[in-house]
Amino acid sequence: MKVTIKVNGNPVAAEVADRTLLVHFVREVANLTATNVGCDSTSCGACTVLLDGRSVKSCTVLAAQADGCEVTTVEGLADGSGEMHPVQTAFHAEHGLQCGFCTPGMVMAAVSLLDENPSPTEEEVRTALEGNLCRCTGYHNIVRAVLAAAPATSERRSA
Amino acid sequence: MSILGTRVVRTEDPRLLTAGGTYVDDLRLPELSDAARVTFVRSPMAHAKITGMDTDAARQAPGVLAVLTVRDMDDLTPPPPPDPDAEIIEGAPMPIGGLWSEPLLAVDRVRYVGEPVAMVITSDSYQGEDAAELVSVDYEPLPAVIGIGTALRTDTLLFPDTESNVPVTSGEATDDAIFDGCDAVAEATIVNQRLAPMPMEGRAAAARFEDGKLTYWASTQNAQISRFILAGVLGMDPGTIRVITPDVGGGFGAKVGIDRDAILVAWAARKTGRALRWVETRSENLVGMTHGRAQEQTVKIGGTSDGRVLAYRLDVVQDTGAYPRMSGFLPFLTKLMAVGPYDIANVQTKSRVVVTNTTPISAYRGAGRPEATAAVERAMDLFAAEIGLDPGEVRRKNLIPSDKFPYTTPTGATYDTGDYVTALDKALEGAGYAELRAEQQRRRERGDVLQLGIGLSSYVEITAADAAAGETARLAVHGDGTATVYTGSSAHGQGHHTAWAMLVQSELGIPMADVTVIHGDTDLIPEGIGTYGSRSLQLGGVAVHKAALDVKEQARKVAADMLEAAETDLELDADSGTWQVRGDPGTRRGWAEVATHAGEDGLVAYVQFSGGGATFPFGSHVAVVEVDTETGKVRLIRHVTVDDAGTVVNPVLAEGQRHGGIAQGVAQALLEEMIYDADGNPLTGTLADYAAITADVLPSFELVQSETPTDINPLGVKGIGEAGTIGATPAVQNAVVDAVSHLGVRHIDMPTTPSRVWAAIDDATQNGEAR
Amino acid sequence: MIPAPFTYKRAFSIDEALDLAARDGEDAKFLAGGHSLLPLMKLRLAVPEVLIDIGRLGELRYVREQDGHIAVGAATSHDELARSGLLLRELPLLAHAASQVGDPQVRHRGTIGGSLVHADPAADLPAVALALDATLVARGPSGSREIAAGEFFQSLFETALEPDELLTEIRFPRPDSPASWAFQKFTKRAIDWAIVGVAVQDGNVALVNMGQTPLRAAAVEQALAAGASPRDAAAHAAEGTSPSTDINGDARYRQHLARVLVGRALEESRSRA
Repeated sequence: MKVTIKVNGNPVAAEVADRTLLVHFVREVANLTATNVGCDSTSCGACTVLLDGRSVKSCTVLAAQADGCEVTTVEGLADGSGEMHPVQTAFHAEHGLQCGFCTPGMVMAAVSLLDENPSPTEEEVRTALEGNLCRCTGYHNIVRAVLAAAPATSERRSA
Repeated sequence: MSILGTRVVRTEDPRLLTAGGTYVDDLRLPELSDAARVTFVRSPMAHAKITGMDTDAARQAPGVLAVLTVRDMDDLTPPPPPDPDAEIIEGAPMPIGGLWSEPLLAVDRVRYVGEPVAMVITSDSYQGEDAAELVSVDYEPLPAVIGIGTALRTDTLLFPDTESNVPVTSGEATDDAIFDGCDAVAEATIVNQRLAPMPMEGRAAAARFEDGKLTYWASTQNAQISRFILAGVLGMDPGTIRVITPDVGGGFGAKVGIDRDAILVAWAARKTGRALRWVETRSENLVGMTHGRAQEQTVKIGGTSDGRVLAYRLDVVQDTGAYPRMSGFLPFLTKLMAVGPYDIANVQTKSRVVVTNTTPISAYRGAGRPEATAAVERAMDLFAAEIGLDPGEVRRKNLIPSDKFPYTTPTGATYDTGDYVTALDKALEGAGYAELRAEQQRRRERGDVLQLGIGLSSYVEITAADAAAGETARLAVHGDGTATVYTGSSAHGQGHHTAWAMLVQSELGIPMADVTVIHGDTDLIPEGIGTYGSRSLQLGGVAVHKAALDVKEQARKVAADMLEAAETDLELDADSGTWQVRGDPGTRRGWAEVATHAGEDGLVAYVQFSGGGATFPFGSHVAVVEVDTETGKVRLIRHVTVDDAGTVVNPVLAEGQRHGGIAQGVAQALLEEMIYDADGNPLTGTLADYAAITADVLPSFELVQSETPTDINPLGVKGIGEAGTIGATPAVQNAVVDAVSHLGVRHIDMPTTPSRVWAAIDDATQNGEAR
Repeated sequence: MIPAPFTYKRAFSIDEALDLAARDGEDAKFLAGGHSLLPLMKLRLAVPEVLIDIGRLGELRYVREQDGHIAVGAATSHDELARSGLLLRELPLLAHAASQVGDPQVRHRGTIGGSLVHADPAADLPAVALALDATLVARGPSGSREIAAGEFFQSLFETALEPDELLTEIRFPRPDSPASWAFQKFTKRAIDWAIVGVAVQDGNVALVNMGQTPLRAAAVEQALAAGASPRDAAAHAAEGTSPSTDINGDARYRQHLARVLVGRALEESRSRA
């Protein structure tokens, strides 16, 4: 079937098998490979993207279900001038990534978290990231990064 | 002012954060533009004979280019016939073609759920999954040998030409005389459970044969070793193989080299003449990638009533899964490190390796040393409980004093440097130990539902155990003043590019931003060992450091020539990266000029550095848990650590390694376990069931600083990658037991899940053993 | 990892959805958020040949007061339930339970209808529907019918819904005392399914994962009605249950947990009132 999905602001139209997962649409059709597949049980969150502004696990969404919708991946986070989103900047400053495989999904989950809860406590951050697994960092610096990014993220939203 | 020891954020990050890493599945190279997909058909049986296989339906499925089975492997030299007299050396790889050898594709029997049986080659991965289902395999079930006890007792042999399921036995541990004269003796049988390494990126490889040459991309920790393996198996000259390591999404020891599935991808690419790509699913990963740990340990510890340990025995049985890939190497390391940081006069160790119908075992973060530490730390707590002394006090009394280094243990390990008592003191102080004990006492007196548990571990571990194998570095300073480092190390998250650039900047003054680090391409780096066993900084990093020194001396000569001065009058200002004749700033020259003057190739140094020996990081952890005594649920509320790995080159990276290590260590204590049922079916075959640790069950960690340099290398560095894991697991396990010891519980096996903890409480209180 | 091939059809109205279902019969399943169905399909434990997407039907997404009860559209997401001001005021048990399902990403997609129709006894919302005496509205080719929650959940993954019926709405009577609620979900990690769970609203007590379906703890309710204290009433929590033994615990442990958690839930709901 034919689907048209706006990915990071660009409409991507393609004829795809009905069973195509959104994550594969993003990776193979839209050719954005930052978003990764880390499991097959909707557990790990590596595939997290924003669908119409809300975080979803794109491995458990059919491309067909996202037809006509907007998807944002980590490649689309930087602003028009190429400046990193505060969450990306904070992950860098706080060493919130090591091998990088979980990172795109983690960053998108963090962006969505801050969107819904602009001033979270540490406990709220940890609970909100319950669906995102990381094997390298022990989460310590990821949590610091999200907390550090919160004020600048709020500002960016109101700007 | 050297950059070493300062906090520097990673150069790797901007790319990873904005464009994402390029892992095997992300490669969009011209060489792979027509790559077909490999999907494996895997055994659903734990132990069975293969009596038939029908690939007709699969061959006709949409998109199928080929279906390959063992019958197609006529282009490989068969392994030599098994030599029943071949000696198995505990610390060495298994003899090729021996009685216990492992095939590439299963031949006439399968020995674990997930063992590869056939390969389907399709245009895309969706078709691959469909076609793999259509391969029909007939199995005649054999009794499944699951669990160490069964492996030792059963008549069923995994390898019928052998006499038992025990490929390796080593050591003797039956002489009880060493416990004579002990006021108190404690014994226990301990399970160090099977774990899944579970890197976020599973196994993956791509291969292309062209004009007799193989280009191979692998998610590996060792490109050069992988090339060596491929050359051997495929019967090729290594010079005709190029192995490239793209970004690797974690390894933790399970991606050392390449395994049978990954090798098969290369073979199939040659067989079919097609470029191929293989990316396993998580379900495949949980049964197809090697597992870790899986030991049963019997410990016996004895000493005086005032806390001095006199004797310790460790008897290890290692479940190695269906094929003994690591021979006896893991329990060898366990026995080597059996006494930990303690000065114990009499030590006995013994080990056996058994095969079972489960996924093969290999290295997993710590590889044999977490097991050693977990055993002796449990033993110390049991001994402390036996004599009624505080576990911190008992440890302090037995830690090797700081004036005894280098210290050689009865097990044959020579610890380089250490200050174990200070590490313990710092950890206890950081935790506020006295106040924690007071709070615990208050809760016990009140009979609170939520009880506090405080657990300690003191540990020492061995890094760069293969120091003699060393590491390589080539450093080139170019005519434009920039530099390139070619390292034999192979980072998969550790941040080597940042650290190696720091080393160059520190020594030569070339800014980090102008230093490019390259790893993992055998065309560019033909010699190298790779990254595992926490070896990279002390071997790969020191190699870079030595290459920088070499470049510096070459540059001195070149600058002297350029400035027509004596070499001894030339000095390098490492802060500005400039050469000048001493006292004459007008002669200042930058690296660009010096390198240009050196000639077309600039300044190049190549170092193949063989390490002086293994180093021994150490530390102490304090874990604080809250146990809900009505439900058994455990909450880790604090985790304080001292992890001393010598000089810290970049605190940011060192802390990150500690955090990640601690989390995996806590995971073993609290949550994770690969479980099989009696028929060998994995019960934790997806991430919905395998309880990988999440952010919500962990606190932020409290890291205490400690740097006791080694004298083994000029940087004074030891390895930090696995230390956190080794120290964390026993501290948490001890804390959980400690939380309910007043109810009569003396031991709880890991993982200390709610049902296990509650069963222990229920058992102890039913038996009326509460004190 | 990838579902077996199927045909995707999108319905643009409830009538169209029913039409499509009537045509494709047993081979078709409705798809709302897909977070119960797609995970099964990806592991090929479910292989429907047709999926009828109803996930974007506005007429199935709402939370509103209606004829003295609270009506929730079947395709309303867990996240929408968790944030609903109306629910937070009038039916906090539902809002709170919905906020605990899965993780934030799952809650953005999964729906109450999907969860109820999937009927996993380890899921949270079926037990909540029981505790709240919900009525489920199903529409089929011959019209609508109402099914009491107590009759809806029939067995493991089996409900009273016919293959050609679509769950359209869930109706919740207003509780006597909305604040007298509690939800105890016992897990190892926040993302896990409940090892055992308890939903309390006034004198109603429902259990998660203590049998083949969600269960009302009838013996507990009777004891409470007879004036027993929370702890004494909770002692009956395991009566009439048949919990399973699995890697998270054996039946005996689950029965023990049920007693402990019911006791805590009852005390919690009382302290809120």
